[in-house]
Amino acid sequence: MKHLLRRLRAELFATRADAALSLVLISLISLGAIGFLRWAFTQAQWAVVKVNSTLFAVGRYPVEQQWRLWLLTALLIAASGATWGLIRAHPRPDRTGVLWPRNDRLAVVLLSLIALALPLALDLSLAIAGRWWGLTVLLVVCRWLAGRFGARLSPAGQRLAALVWPVLYLVGMVLISGGLGLVTVSPSEWGGLMLTLLASSFAILLCFPIGVLLALGRRSDLPLLRWGSVLYIEFIRGAPLITLLFLGQNILGFLLPGGLAPDRIWRAAWVLTFFAAAYLAEAVRSGLAAVPRGQLEAARSLGLSYPKALQHVVLPQALRVALPAIVGQFISLLQDTTLLSLIGLLELLGTARTVMANPAFLGRNGEVYLTLALLFWGCCAALGLGSRALERRLDPHALPSAT
Amino acid sequence: MSQPSSELMIEARAVEKWYPNGFQALRGANLTVRRGEVVVIMGPSGSGKSTFIRTFNALEDFQKGSITVDGIVLSNDLRNIDAVRREVGMVFQQFNLFPHLSVLDNLTLAPVLVRKRPKAEVEQQAWALLERVGIAEQAGKYPGQLSGGQQQRVAIARALCMEPRILLFDEPTSSLDPEMVREVLEVMQNLAAEEITMVVVTHEVKFARHVAHRVVLMADGEVVEEAEPEVFFTNPSHQRTRRFLDQIL
Repeated sequence: MKHLLRRLRAELFATRADAALSLVLISLISLGAIGFLRWAFTQAQWAVVKVNSTLFAVGRYPVEQQWRLWLLTALLIAASGATWGLIRAHPRPDRTGVLWPRNDRLAVVLLSLIALALPLALDLSLAIAGRWWGLTVLLVVCRWLAGRFGARLSPAGQRLAALVWPVLYLVGMVLISGGLGLVTVSPSEWGGLMLTLLASSFAILLCFPIGVLLALGRRSDLPLLRWGSVLYIEFIRGAPLITLLFLGQNILGFLLPGGLAPDRIWRAAWVLTFFAAAYLAEAVRSGLAAVPRGQLEAARSLGLSYPKALQHVVLPQALRVALPAIVGQFISLLQDTTLLSLIGLLELLGTARTVMANPAFLGRNGEVYLTLALLFWGCCAALGLGSRALERRLDPHALPSAT
Repeated sequence: MSQPSSELMIEARAVEKWYPNGFQALRGANLTVRRGEVVVIMGPSGSGKSTFIRTFNALEDFQKGSITVDGIVLSNDLRNIDAVRREVGMVFQQFNLFPHLSVLDNLTLAPVLVRKRPKAEVEQQAWALLERVGIAEQAGKYPGQLSGGQQQRVAIARALCMEPRILLFDEPTSSLDPEMVREVLEVMQNLAAEEITMVVVTHEVKFARHVAHRVVLMADGEVVEEAEPEVFFTNPSHQRTRRFLDQIL
């Protein structure tokens, strides 16, 4: 307690000016917080979120087929838990700090507490709350199992285990859209957070390789390739996404023969992909520029072909440098999916607008937008955390330079 | 000192090179290097010596003349270029180690990818090479954790791991702190005692005197003087060489 007081004094009230500024800031923050809490607990009517929680989550996905989405969620959570455990089972040899096992356990406890409390706070039905609790247990168990037995996995085995994710992505596509014996659910029935995540993950996965190729094209010695890349990147970056989305809805149908013209949702997802690729190319280009010329020369003088030199020497360094910018792109891509609501797709924002248009929930915009903001923040925070963890894992310069 | 054989490893004839900005870096440079020979190239900065040895493994192209390396004629044929690069190792002024790979992986990358040799076997060889250049205990570290002298020794070991028949050195000690120059020169001197052919661009007079079979002076994109070290440093036949030696000795 005494220590805390001393620290407060040193950090907030060191000089008179400091103290005055601190007091002003503290009172402003308190005012804001009190106002918000009063609104959240007295005026706000959270029924609009509770009643429509399924709508926000998956849109108008047919109720009798929703088990498929639960199954997909369970698979994703199991894979996440296993990945988490595997990463913990294989820490970088130079990074077995004292803190990580404790912090890791702390994260598990915190996550479990949130998962336990959130369904209660949202007043979800016991059936639904029970499922979420079950999923939490699944996560913890998978993490534990992978952490316990994953250490025995060879590097080749680890690479094989990583293949679970692309496979899971394809499985997820089938589960969502149907086929292979499952009832087809047409994309027009997809919506909510599911559609947001689907469109953004699709665009993120595909814009990455396209963006890298564009960045390489822009630095190529072949004039046609170079000018093509420049033209593409500059055109896309010069046009607002919303115009491109409208353009995509209108001309993709003409460009492709009738049967092949993708559904509206896929058209939008492709436009997002091509849009993000142009920005990603610039992020990757900045990374490529940061790799000294001597790296390519050294690789070439060792006999590596140009593609091999890129793959093993230049790109790993360039992408490491560009990683923060790349993830920044991914985060804005995720947020840009809200524009899909303007072309009539019922992703998270579109769904919210239909809910707010319902006379029963008139004037409940604050509650709805706040929920939306929290959901987006959660997704973006997860991306940001993941990227920072990856950065730390990849950075050989952050190593302790012990001799 | 081993005696070079009569077999020609590098034969450069009247090589001329222009940079895209119109500057002519090489104006008919000639050089022949025999197997097992150690040739030191000296010369003022801007004389084209770095450009010249970089043409030997096709890091620089040239417009006129001809270069034959280990029997392979350098041309625009990409297959030839790859073949030449497999036989010619290069050590750079700036080391150019791969910072994202451990020291050991720096050595094994190319033999595994290019020569398709089994990783375990290459690693064994890499350990032996690191032992030879005196840094085996650093194998697990990253280049950023090593001193300049250590990095350059790793770079030499990396080039050797491809088992090249020719090693090119482009000012290998020029960006080192003075106290680290010797450890690198010692490694190079030990190498010179073996079969390997070496072409070294350097300003290290002592190295040129005691290790080289032949010393070459380049000026203005041409080879001006070519002589045994003793003759080169005491009784050069060209005025240009004398002027250069006056400046550096």
